[in-house]
Amino acid sequence: MKPSVIALYVVIVIAGITAPLVFPNYTFQIAVLWMMILFALTWDIMGGQMGYNSLGNIFFFGAGMYISAVVQIAQFAPVGEYTSAFGAYQVEFTDAQYYTGLGLGIVAAGIGAIFCAVILGACVFGLRGPYFAIGTLGLALAAAELIGGWEWVGGGGGISMPVFPGGPDLRSRFFYYIVFVLAITTFGFLRWLYTTRFGLAINAIRDNESKAEAMGLHTKRYKTAAWSIAAFFLGMVGAVFGNMVGFIEPLEVAFPTVTFGIFMVAMSLLGGKGTLWGPVLGATLFHVIKELTWIYLLGWQWVALGAIIVINVVFFQQGILGWAMDRWPEKFGIVVEPSPGEGRAVGAQEAAQ
Amino acid sequence: MLDNLSLLIQAPLLNIQLLLDGLLIGAIFALAAYGLALVWGVMNVKNLAQGDFVIMGGYIATSFADYGIHPFLALPAAIVLMFGFGWLCYVSIIRRVIGRDIFVSLLATFGLALVLQQALNLIFGSDVQTADAGFQTRFFFGGQVTVADTKFIALVLAGVLAACVVLFMKRSRMGKAIRATAQDARAARVLGVNTDRVYAFTFALNSAICGAAGVLVAMIWVIQPYYGIVHSIRSFIIVVLAGLGNLPGVIFGALFLGSAEQFSAFVFGAEFQVAAVVCILVLVLIYRQIQSARHRQVVK
Repeated sequence: MKPSVIALYVVIVIAGITAPLVFPNYTFQIAVLWMMILFALTWDIMGGQMGYNSLGNIFFFGAGMYISAVVQIAQFAPVGEYTSAFGAYQVEFTDAQYYTGLGLGIVAAGIGAIFCAVILGACVFGLRGPYFAIGTLGLALAAAELIGGWEWVGGGGGISMPVFPGGPDLRSRFFYYIVFVLAITTFGFLRWLYTTRFGLAINAIRDNESKAEAMGLHTKRYKTAAWSIAAFFLGMVGAVFGNMVGFIEPLEVAFPTVTFGIFMVAMSLLGGKGTLWGPVLGATLFHVIKELTWIYLLGWQWVALGAIIVINVVFFQQGILGWAMDRWPEKFGIVVEPSPGEGRAVGAQEAAQ
Repeated sequence: MLDNLSLLIQAPLLNIQLLLDGLLIGAIFALAAYGLALVWGVMNVKNLAQGDFVIMGGYIATSFADYGIHPFLALPAAIVLMFGFGWLCYVSIIRRVIGRDIFVSLLATFGLALVLQQALNLIFGSDVQTADAGFQTRFFFGGQVTVADTKFIALVLAGVLAACVVLFMKRSRMGKAIRATAQDARAARVLGVNTDRVYAFTFALNSAICGAAGVLVAMIWVIQPYYGIVHSIRSFIIVVLAGLGNLPGVIFGALFLGSAEQFSAFVFGAEFQVAAVVCILVLVLIYRQIQSARHRQVVK
């Protein structure tokens, strides 16, 4: 690794650690930013690296949220009674109980999301191209509607999460650091993963699935594994987000298909899909744009965001990093072999200019 | 749930009621689904904004009703307005996604759907609306089965519209050009068909069909800005079930979906109606997947 890259990582980590101390009023917003980065990164495993464009990855976010909520509550109270009381059923958690509950909830959310990915993967991985996108969109929408009708987990009325045993400042900082660590871990893990044989295999599936299968890759196993990885991180961040918000509900918080669910696609595309840094860049930029439209275009913010998605997809499909790669391929280590003689002529022309 | 099921068995007239409602509403789904099949087949664009076009047509009808004009008169207006709107969409967005990666068209139209849905929400508010056509309700079997006259009229209108579109596709010069482009765009271009214009016309025609369907939906049912996506999914279910260029399939698929939805809404409860639609989508896709897996086995 070049020293400049290491310096960049150090700067980002330090910025991430100090951000809630420097801007205490924006802790929640910056936590959401890290969550957006995680969204874009996990979407890119499938959409960018493997060529399977899922519109329903948000399903795992919501599934993780609900699994964690049930695990956290079920340890100390009957879930049905707790949820049907809509927050009136007070359970006194001791500090230790709360933290162990939360920890168990997050772990259970990650593992539960993997289970969901494996089971659903068996249903939808035979679908290709647009059918896969529509099928996964259907899964996410169906989940929201079914959870909304399931009284045991609160139905459409939602669940009030257990109350954090500490002051509001401590609370926001606590959840901020969990989201931050999750996002950094995801990045580091994917950075390693894309250098392994697994990364090559999913790239081969993207380039030509039938050929990859013919070459002896168990494409279905790779696809399921890739989806499970995405689901694992999404499920955990879903669990944390549910606790961070304090109240979960199926349509707007847990399975927001037309907001977060489509944002994660838009962010990856904006930054440049199929790259490691593209989703990070795209998520950061998108989140900033989102907050700006919130401030200056209140009321029309969703229209503006939809328009940004359309413009991005229609006019700027390769994304920022894709564009940069076309512009300066040599900076990304892409060597364009000049045909003998021609390269020198081009060089001479540039020198003359 | 079981209570409702046994109710259906004990009172067979209820079945007739549900079936009639489903068939009458399904006829309107067929219109939007036919539009989707058209666009999908001709230009290979999967339009996820289909349902929002329907809802837009519906709001044209309710606006007419608000001004005291009978919603039937909104039908030609919706066709003309939505035709223009569809052309505009084509020129600004769809033209640039034809021939690109299929996912691009899906995402671009999803973005469009988002914009439309939110804009409609801002303009008309999120209340559930309906355009009252002011017709009577007929009673059969001693009042046990009721059918509103509007539903019959909507069914007839849907049939007339569909017949017009089919006739147009079969007979007119533009219709022939559209079918030629669907078969082989390159060959059509060689033979002097202006495919860009054909694409624009196809998309505008689809949007007009959706607009007309929307007027009918507003008359016999309810509309709301966020209902668009469900209509899009219904169209997808029908087209995936029927396949492209299969008009009888589209009609049967639509009637089946309409009645399946009514029955599941009755058995599981009305709050599960949308869930039922989406679950049917997932089931249909799984069915297609099994089919294509069998096909691949044969190829092997």
